[in-house]
Amino acid sequence: MSDAVVPDRTDSNAPSVRPDGGWFRRAFESDLFYSFRRSRLTMLAAAVTVLFFLLAIFASVLAVQNPFDPAQLQLMNSRISPLWTADGQSPFLLGTDEQGRDVFSAILYGLRISLTVGVLGVVLAGVLGITLGLIAGYVGGAVDSVIMRIADVQLTFPAILIALLVNGVAKSILGNRLDAMSTLVVLVIAIGLSFWVQYARTVRGSVMVEKNKDYVAAAQLIGLPAQKIMLRHVLPNTMGPILVIATINLALAIITEATLSFLGSGMPDTMPSLGTLIRIGNNYLFAGEWWIVAFPGLALAGLILSINLLGDWLRDALNPKLR
Amino acid sequence: MTVPVLSVRDLKVEFVTRRATLRAIDGVSFDIAKGEVLGVVGESGAGKSVTGLAVIGLIDPPGRISGGEILLSGMRIDHLPAEEIRRVRGKRIGMIFQDPLTSLNPLYRIGDQIVETIRTHTNLSESAARKRAIDLLAEVGIPAPEKRVDGYPHEFSGGMRQRVVIALAICAEPELIIADEPTTALDVSVQAQIIALIKRLGRDHGTAVMLVTHDMGVIAETCDRVAVMYSGRIAEIGPVQDVVRNPLHPYAKGLMGAIPTLAGEDKRLVQIPGSMPRLSAIPPGCPFNPRCAFAFDRCRVERPEPLPNGAQAVACHLYDRAAEESAA
Amino acid sequence: MLAFTLRRALQAIGVMIAVGIISFSMFRFAGDPVNQIVSIDTSAAERASIRQSLGLDDPVLVQFGRYLVNAAQFKFGVSYQFRQPVSTLLMERMPATLELAICATVLAMVFGILMGVYSALRRDTLLAKLFQAVSLIGISLPTFLIGILLIYLFAVTLGWLPSFGRGEVVRLGWWTTGLLTVSGLKALIMPSITLGLFQMTLIMRLVRAEMLEVLRTDYIRFARARGLTTRAIHFGHALKNTLVPVITVAGLQFGSVIAFAIITETVFQWPGMGLMFVQAVQNVDIPIMAAYLLMVSLIFVTINLVVDILYTIVDPRLRATISRPA
Repeated sequence: MSDAVVPDRTDSNAPSVRPDGGWFRRAFESDLFYSFRRSRLTMLAAAVTVLFFLLAIFASVLAVQNPFDPAQLQLMNSRISPLWTADGQSPFLLGTDEQGRDVFSAILYGLRISLTVGVLGVVLAGVLGITLGLIAGYVGGAVDSVIMRIADVQLTFPAILIALLVNGVAKSILGNRLDAMSTLVVLVIAIGLSFWVQYARTVRGSVMVEKNKDYVAAAQLIGLPAQKIMLRHVLPNTMGPILVIATINLALAIITEATLSFLGSGMPDTMPSLGTLIRIGNNYLFAGEWWIVAFPGLALAGLILSINLLGDWLRDALNPKLR
Repeated sequence: MTVPVLSVRDLKVEFVTRRATLRAIDGVSFDIAKGEVLGVVGESGAGKSVTGLAVIGLIDPPGRISGGEILLSGMRIDHLPAEEIRRVRGKRIGMIFQDPLTSLNPLYRIGDQIVETIRTHTNLSESAARKRAIDLLAEVGIPAPEKRVDGYPHEFSGGMRQRVVIALAICAEPELIIADEPTTALDVSVQAQIIALIKRLGRDHGTAVMLVTHDMGVIAETCDRVAVMYSGRIAEIGPVQDVVRNPLHPYAKGLMGAIPTLAGEDKRLVQIPGSMPRLSAIPPGCPFNPRCAFAFDRCRVERPEPLPNGAQAVACHLYDRAAEESAA
Repeated sequence: MLAFTLRRALQAIGVMIAVGIISFSMFRFAGDPVNQIVSIDTSAAERASIRQSLGLDDPVLVQFGRYLVNAAQFKFGVSYQFRQPVSTLLMERMPATLELAICATVLAMVFGILMGVYSALRRDTLLAKLFQAVSLIGISLPTFLIGILLIYLFAVTLGWLPSFGRGEVVRLGWWTTGLLTVSGLKALIMPSITLGLFQMTLIMRLVRAEMLEVLRTDYIRFARARGLTTRAIHFGHALKNTLVPVITVAGLQFGSVIAFAIITETVFQWPGMGLMFVQAVQNVDIPIMAAYLLMVSLIFVTINLVVDILYTIVDPRLRATISRPA
């Protein structure tokens, strides 16, 4: 019996990969940027996200008053409805609350707090997760199982519960020393501790994959620092997934902060985030003063929706399986 | 002359991607007669599997049949409404896929999968269909079928699962079986058994078989006729003896030269230089011309059509010229 | 099978002990239990005697052991705010939370699966795109905003539904239910939607993704090649294979529904465990926080265990790998 086999080319349909250029250029020349330009919704979401960040950064320039400074608030300006309604008054575009605080200015400053907590929380979660993931992957053994077991257990608990507990414990330990600034730090820590698991799992998985590759064994054989070489492969490989996780987590972190503040366990009234503003405004809903809660709510929803849209697009664009 | 079971005429299949429209099948024609086994051979990406899927009407978007016709016992089946082609699938054409490990739904007992298929295509009662399922399992060589009928796919070995897949393909007594690389995923020791089984079933039931493979050994052993495909076209087609012993197309020559034989042990195996072009970069003229040792100017400009040459048909300008000269 | 169940049960106990340690540490170290009981003008001697009587001078391990033994008997100490046993408080509020969580889950499962299947099978229709948009909004709108929006629409503006509370409840033994009165049912509508919406979008997205994945598999292609009807392929083969992971996730999600109820209960002033927990966090009522953590963990772990076992019953492949001696 003759069993010759026709030479089999499996990669005949694989897309061409240009060998020149860095990974950055390659990525942005090809599919990622293509799908970005193709999706108008994604471009809109990116624009809105950038706009929100700019509004937050330049809050002090754009606001008509500093809503944190009691000296600038006048009670005679309280409960003014938005500018386009019959009782509207300039310069209060979106109306004022019962302390005479301009809702638009409060939103700008609240946005600043929300974004600060969100971004710092995601960064902390990322650093924590990537570090623990690398340790788990490289060291392996008992260390690995302890870290991953903690991750498994934590993953079954919703982030909001963990964040609430961290917050409650901090309150109990710090008591009256808990001012606005330290609350912000506690919130960042609470969010960091709630969201590290996904990063750790991704990085650990990538380390595990690289560990079994031939070049690592080869490097070890000829006495090269295999760990260092692996790191050079692991980190670029995980950049994509980490970016996706970070984007989606930013939305989740902002929601978590807003929820904590709404529940009264987050930012205090003296330094309100969007969640705090919504909690305050909610009390005036029955009195018909809808604008005090509606506009912070809209801002929060718009911000999260835009970030989620970006995250969705990133995930689809970086995951060739879904295309 | 009787009507062939399957007749494919100038079939064209395209895939529309966002960059370009790729033509995976470009003007393929062949017939399969009752009881005949046609082997379709070629490299991956030559269009063998796509041809099989086109016949059974399973080309999914972004792919589409863009030209030609497919006749099953004289009846056109391309461009049938979805519901009608569905009735043809499984009933009149049975299909066997490459990987038996993934072809069966893991959550259903194999008996239920067979009964379901039988009852879709016939009026048999539940119990009659079950009896037939057991008979089928016996026919494809599954030991203790009355017990195994209630097993789940994961309880069967690869070879046994492929037998179940075959039982599923023949359960409605189809006129045509399309076997797409039925042995590629199996152990070498099991391959021969499966091939023998397909051949026996074809003979016993008078079923026409289209056997897609890249294994020349399987072709030589099993088939009555063979079609050699290259870049979505048929390079050469003819009786298996002729094509294997006396290949005409330079590509077919290369393929046959790559078969080791017991007789010519001291001869070096021939290798074809280069690789098949991508669908997006098929050269004008004959798609094989960049790799062909005999290519001349005409091959780079004009596409060769299949021309009869004895019992074979070959798409190569070399034989066109020979025909002209002998005519002159 | 038995060995598998036992192993899982042991793991569950391990998790509970870990949670117990956290819960105990909170109880014991985050805030001095004595300070919470006494008033400012209690003398040092009195404090010491209270400390003694509470067993706070014993070795930590002894205290931890005592805590676990007490917790196993549902003795979680006395609430600082209410001056009542925590277990009594929790038991009073548990039916409200469970009723809300179950209604929300049923709602989420029914609509999530229907919408998910539809948008997987009719991917390019307008309705499918609408579902996708709704799901994106569903995960983007924080739960409390949805609650506020519903209250503004249906309670403040239209006045159709109550904005807070459980309505009239009927007492069945120790359980109280709002399912038997009209006002109870009306009160349940908005909180269930608010709580269920996030889970619904989650399930919908999961069903859609799983179904699309399954529709690409070889066995679906083979099922089509066998000429099975589209109906049989979609609602027999594809749906069954889709639902196995979906039911697992949905089951596991029930735990988070109970935890997310914290937010919904606050918005609607729903007298459940979640509302009590939020008030406990605000008032630093550590015994309630610790007990809530333990209770919710117990529910989580039990559900995990049940889902794991159910999963093996549904999927014959797993059943085989498990019953095979390792």
